[in-house]
Amino acid sequence: MKLPSYATPIEKFAYYATLAFTGLVLLFLISPILAIMPLSFNSEPYFSYPMPGLSLRWYEDFFSNERWMNAVKVSLLAAVLVTILSTILGTVAALGLARANLPFKPVILGVLISPMIVPVIITAVGIYLFYAQIGLIASIPGLVLAHTVLATPFVVVTVTSTLSGFDHSLSRAAAGLGATPFRVFTAIMLPIISPGVISGALFAFVTSFDELVVALFITSAEQRTLPKQMFAGIREQISPTITAAASILIVFSVALLVGIELLRRRTERLRGH
Amino acid sequence: MAHAEAVIHNARQLKFQLRTAERRGKLRALALVAPLFLFIVVSFVIPIVLMLKNAIYDPDISNNLPRTTSLLAAWDGSALPSEEVYAALAEDFRESEKAKTSALIGKRMNYEMSGIRSKIITSARKIKALTAAPYKDQIIAIDPIWSDLNVWTTIKRAGNPVTGFYLLNTVDLETKPDGHIGAVDPGRAVYLDILKRTMGISLIVTLATLVLGFPVAYVLANTPPRIANILMIFVLLPFWTSLLVRTTAWFVMLQDNGPINDLLLGSGLTSQPLPLIFSRFGTIVAMTHIQLPFTLLPIYSVMKTIPPTYMRAARSLGGGPVYSFLHVYLPQTLPGIGAGCLLTFILCLGYYITPALVGGPSDQMMSGIIAEAINRENNWGKACALGTVLLLATLTLYFVYNRLVGIDKVKLG
Amino acid sequence: MRILSKFMLGLAAGTALMAALPSAWAADELTITSWGGSYQESQRKAFFEPFIKDGNKVTEEEYNGEIAKLRAMVEAKAVTWDIVDIDTQTALAACAEGVLETIDWGKLGLDKSKFIGGDLQDCAVPNIVYATIIAYDTSKMPDGPKTIADVFDLQKFPGKRGLQKNPFVNLEWALIADGVPQADVYKVLATPEGVDRAFKKLDTIKKDVVWWEAGAQPPQMLADGQVVMTSAWNGRIYGAVVSDKKPFAIMWDQQGLDWDWWAMPKGGPRVDGAYRFITYASDPKRMAEQTKYISYGPANRDAIPNVDPEILPHLPTADANMKTALIVDPQFWADNGDQLRERFNSWLAQ
Repeated sequence: MKLPSYATPIEKFAYYATLAFTGLVLLFLISPILAIMPLSFNSEPYFSYPMPGLSLRWYEDFFSNERWMNAVKVSLLAAVLVTILSTILGTVAALGLARANLPFKPVILGVLISPMIVPVIITAVGIYLFYAQIGLIASIPGLVLAHTVLATPFVVVTVTSTLSGFDHSLSRAAAGLGATPFRVFTAIMLPIISPGVISGALFAFVTSFDELVVALFITSAEQRTLPKQMFAGIREQISPTITAAASILIVFSVALLVGIELLRRRTERLRGH
Repeated sequence: MAHAEAVIHNARQLKFQLRTAERRGKLRALALVAPLFLFIVVSFVIPIVLMLKNAIYDPDISNNLPRTTSLLAAWDGSALPSEEVYAALAEDFRESEKAKTSALIGKRMNYEMSGIRSKIITSARKIKALTAAPYKDQIIAIDPIWSDLNVWTTIKRAGNPVTGFYLLNTVDLETKPDGHIGAVDPGRAVYLDILKRTMGISLIVTLATLVLGFPVAYVLANTPPRIANILMIFVLLPFWTSLLVRTTAWFVMLQDNGPINDLLLGSGLTSQPLPLIFSRFGTIVAMTHIQLPFTLLPIYSVMKTIPPTYMRAARSLGGGPVYSFLHVYLPQTLPGIGAGCLLTFILCLGYYITPALVGGPSDQMMSGIIAEAINRENNWGKACALGTVLLLATLTLYFVYNRLVGIDKVKLG
Repeated sequence: MRILSKFMLGLAAGTALMAALPSAWAADELTITSWGGSYQESQRKAFFEPFIKDGNKVTEEEYNGEIAKLRAMVEAKAVTWDIVDIDTQTALAACAEGVLETIDWGKLGLDKSKFIGGDLQDCAVPNIVYATIIAYDTSKMPDGPKTIADVFDLQKFPGKRGLQKNPFVNLEWALIADGVPQADVYKVLATPEGVDRAFKKLDTIKKDVVWWEAGAQPPQMLADGQVVMTSAWNGRIYGAVVSDKKPFAIMWDQQGLDWDWWAMPKGGPRVDGAYRFITYASDPKRMAEQTKYISYGPANRDAIPNVDPEILPHLPTADANMKTALIVDPQFWADNGDQLRERFNSWLAQ
C-alpha cells in the first residue's frame, strides 16, 4: 500500500492510523497463540509471566498420561475413518454437482452444505435422539458417522471449487477417444482435482479431530476424544498440561493446514492464475 | 412424400434421442450426488426432524396414564370426572407403580403445575393399595388435588401427546388452566431474554469483527503480495487452529492472574485484577477473535477485485478523500461486507463452547441453555423447543445468505 | 494420481491403528463413574487399583452429577456405566423414575443395618458421608467467617465467594442467613414464599459469586485467589491442606451433611461384576483406607475402628462436627429438586 502523491495531511494521518490499527489487530489475532505456547514450557504451574524457568514437564505429563494418550488414539482413529468416508462421499457428490445438467442444484447444494451452518448443538441433540433409537450411542461407528456429517461439506466445498476451474472438454475429448467413464475419471479428472480432494480430506480430518460438542453428547468414557479430555480438564482444573495439549494441537493443525495452502497454490499455478 | 415423412421421422427420433441423452445425463449427475445426499438425509435431516418432533410431542402422560387419558377425552371439564375415570386412574397408577414410572407422570405434571410432583408420587403409592370400588371418594381422601378441576384439565391437556407447551415456553408463554394463553410468572420468564441476548451478543461480535476487520482487509488488499502473504499468516494461523484451542487460550489469558491482568497490573493501569474471565466482556473478546477471519476474508477477496484506478479517478474528478471513499470505494465493498457479516452472525448464533468456558451464567447463549436443559434439568422437550427456535433463526438467515451470496461461494481460507 | 494413491495408502495404514488400540472394547471391563478430582483419586487408591490387581478391569469416567446422561442411556438401552457414584437426591429421583437397579443386599452379602443410612434407599448402597462446608484461605484472611450469615455479609467480608452451581444447600444457607431457624428450613422452603425469600437473599450476593461445578474447582479457586471464600466438599479442602500444604481452613457451621452412594444404572451389561465391586468397596478395611486420602466418613460403621485417630476429627461424622451440621433432607430434594433447579437455572441466566 502506497500513499498517493496528491495525499492531503488528513489522508496521511488516516494512512498511518490505518497501518497502526492493522498492526494492533494482527497482534490481537496472534496474541492468544503467542501467549499460550510459551506457558506450556513453564516450570511452574502458573499462567503468568515472567516464567520462573523452562521445563518440558507438561509435555512429559501429556505423553506419559494414559488418559491423554488414549484420547489421542481415539481421536486419530475417528478422524482417519471420517476422512476416508467423507472424502469419498464428498468427492463423488462434487463430481455430480459440477455437471451442468444436475436438476434441483440449489436445493441439493443447500442441503449438502447445511451441516456446516446449523448450530452444532442442534446437530448433537438430533443425532443423540436418533442414535438412541438405533443403538449407536457410545460407539466408535456412531462417532465416525456423526463427524462425517460435519466433515463432508468441507470436502464438497473444496472439491467443487477445484472443479470449477476444470475444463470439461478434456474429459469429453478423452471419452471421444474411447475412454470409459471410469478411465476418464482416474486418468483425466483425478490428477487435476487431486489437490482439492486432498485439501478437502485434510479439512475433514481436522473437523473430526477438533470436534467437541457432538462428542460430548454421544460418546462415553471408552470413546473419550482429545477435545473432550481437554474440555473436562479446563472445566475441572486448568493445568498447564492443557496448554501443552493445546500447543501440540496448534502445531498439528497448522502443519496440516499449511499443507492445504500449498495445495491451493499448486492448483492456482496449474490453472495458470 | 415418403421422403418428407422420413425427414419428420428422423427429426422425431433425433429429438427423442436428445431427450434420452439429456435424461441419462441428469440421472448420471443425480446418481453421483445421491450417496452423499441420502447419507445427509439419514444422518442429519432425520435427526433434526426428530428434534423438531420432540419439541411438540411428549407422550409421557398418555403412555403412563393410558386409561385415564382416553376416558378424559370425552370429558367436558365442567364438573369432576365420573367414578369410571377415577377407577381408570387407580388402575393406571397400579401399573405405573409396577413399572416405576409414577415419577415421570409427576415430573411432567410439575412442568405445568409447580409443586405437584411429590403429591402425585405419594398419591400413586397410596392409590396402588386401594382394592375396591368406589374409588372417587377414596382417591380424593388421599389428596385434595384429585378434587381440583385444574388438575384434571391439565391431565386432559397433557394427555394429548402433541403439545404446544414447550414451544410456548420458549417465548415465556403458557396455557393457563382455563385454556387461555398467557405470560408465565416472572421468575421463570427468561427465554425471550436469552433469545435477545443471543442476538445481541452476535450483533456486537459481528460489528466488532467488521470494525476490526475492514481496515485490515483494506491494507492486505492494497499491499504488494509479498508482504500481504506474510501478513495473511497472522489472519490464517488463528483461523486454522481449533475453536477449543483458541477458547482455551482465552481462558488462560483472561484469568485473574493471567497474562492480560499481569500486563495491566505491571504497567500500573489497574491496582486490582480486572474481572475478565466469566464476564460478558471476555466472551465478546474471545468470540470476536474467533470470528474475525470469517468477516475479514470475504471483504478482502472483494477488495482484491476493486481496481485502484477507481479511487484515483474519483479524486482527480475533484472528490475529497472522505467523499471518494464513502461514495466510490465503500459501495463496491458492500457485497464482501454483507457476506462476511452475515456468515459471522449466523455462526455466532450457535456459539456454545466459548460462552460456556469464558462467560458467566448470565452470558450463556441459546446453545448453552439447550445443553443445560438436557444436562442439568433432563428436560428434552424444552431443549428441543429451544433448538427449534434457534434452528428457525439460523435457517432464515442461511436462506438469506444463500440468496444474496450463494453458499457455493464459501471460501475456506 | 500418485499423490492421491499414496494418501489413500496412508489412510489405510491409519485404520490399522484400530488394532493398536487398547482393549477398550473388552466385555468384562467395568465402567465406574465418579466425581473426579481428589475424591476419585481416593477411590482409585483405595478401591480401583487393588480391585484391578485382583484381576479385574476398570474404566473410569467422571461427571458432575448430571442425571440426564444416566437417564438418557437407560432410556436408549445403551448403558455404558456399570457403577455410578451418586448423590442422595439424584439416587432417590432416579430410583423413582426406574433408572437404577434395585439393590439386592443378599446378593451383596452385606448387612444393611451396619451402614449409616442403609435403609434410606432401595437403589443405592451408601459409601461415604460428606459435608458441603465453607472454606477460606487463612494466609489472606486470618479472621475468617464464623457463621453462614457471614458468607452473605459483603460488608464484613468483601470479595468474591464461590458457590456450587446448584440450588442444593445454597437455598438452605440463604434462608438460615436470613434468620430462619435450622429446624424450620425445609418447612419454609416448601412454600413458594420461602423459595422467593431464599432467592431474594441469594440476590444480595449474586454479583459476587463465582459458580463452580466440579468438586476440584473450589480448592483451585481459593489457591488462585479468585475467591476469598468458597463452598466446597470438606474432603477436597482437607486434601489440599494435607497433600498440597495449602493454608486453608474449614468453617464448620451449617455444613450440609449428605451421602454419596454406589448405584447401578438399570440394564447395565455387567450387573454381576458391579455387585462384586460394590461388595469389594464396602469392606470396612478398604473404607478406612480411603480416609487416608480424603476426609469423608465411611458409611460402613465397622470401618470407624480402623480409621487413623488423627483423621477422625476431620471427618464430617465426628461428634463435634455433627453438632453444627445441617442434615440435608433427601426426600425434600428428590421431590422438589427438578423445579428448584429449573428456577435456579432461570435465576442464574437472568
